[in-house]
Amino acid sequence: MRKVVSGLRAWLVQRVSAVYMLFFIVFLLSHFIIDPPKSYLAWQGWMLSPGISIATSVFFAALLVHAWVGVRDVIMDYVHPIAVRILVLVSLALGLIAIGVWVIRILLLRHA
Amino acid sequence: MPVFLNLLQIQMPVGALTSITHRISGILLALGIPFGIYVLDSSLESPQSYAQLLRLFDTWAFKAAAIVFTWALAHHLFAGTLHLLMDADVGSLLPAARRSAWMVNVGGLAVALLAAGALL
Repeated sequence: MRKVVSGLRAWLVQRVSAVYMLFFIVFLLSHFIIDPPKSYLAWQGWMLSPGISIATSVFFAALLVHAWVGVRDVIMDYVHPIAVRILVLVSLALGLIAIGVWVIRILLLRHA
Repeated sequence: MPVFLNLLQIQMPVGALTSITHRISGILLALGIPFGIYVLDSSLESPQSYAQLLRLFDTWAFKAAAIVFTWALAHHLFAGTLHLLMDADVGSLLPAARRSAWMVNVGGLAVALLAAGALL
């Protein structure tokens, strides 16, 4: 039962994160087509404005959990020895966490 | 008993091709995350790093990577959207599923070609 519930949660997480990312990418693409940033200052001002930096941070949060669920599924399909599997999964988790910290430093802790 | 499989004689249904490429594109995109964030970081760091990034955009290696990445992203988005539609029971019958799987495979390549046209 627990297994079923956690599988269902992963399924849901994958879809909710996918839908958010889909809308964000369409929004970002439209912005670049309609009003492409013309200079460093214009780009930085836009990207680090509160609304955009928060929406972008949410995008990266969605991206990291989506990558976790997706790559974890692939690893569990192809890596069978349990010790190797755990090692690979732990490396993946640490890598994604490090990337999350990096994004927070870029978007939320920068003195603009 | 030894088994000999001639991989060229195995007929892969179009839906299976879409499925395996959904995986491959997903892995490519996951590997691309650190590079994407490096680009974001350099673009915001300073006017100097921003200018340096624009010079990097002009290199052949970067353009080639950008085209592969665009294919992976487009294919992954189309295949994922198809997945969501099928969850909602849209187009899940076989003839429609085959047709939409073809559209995903061709659509991903079409977007990559557009990107190549724009970049090269």
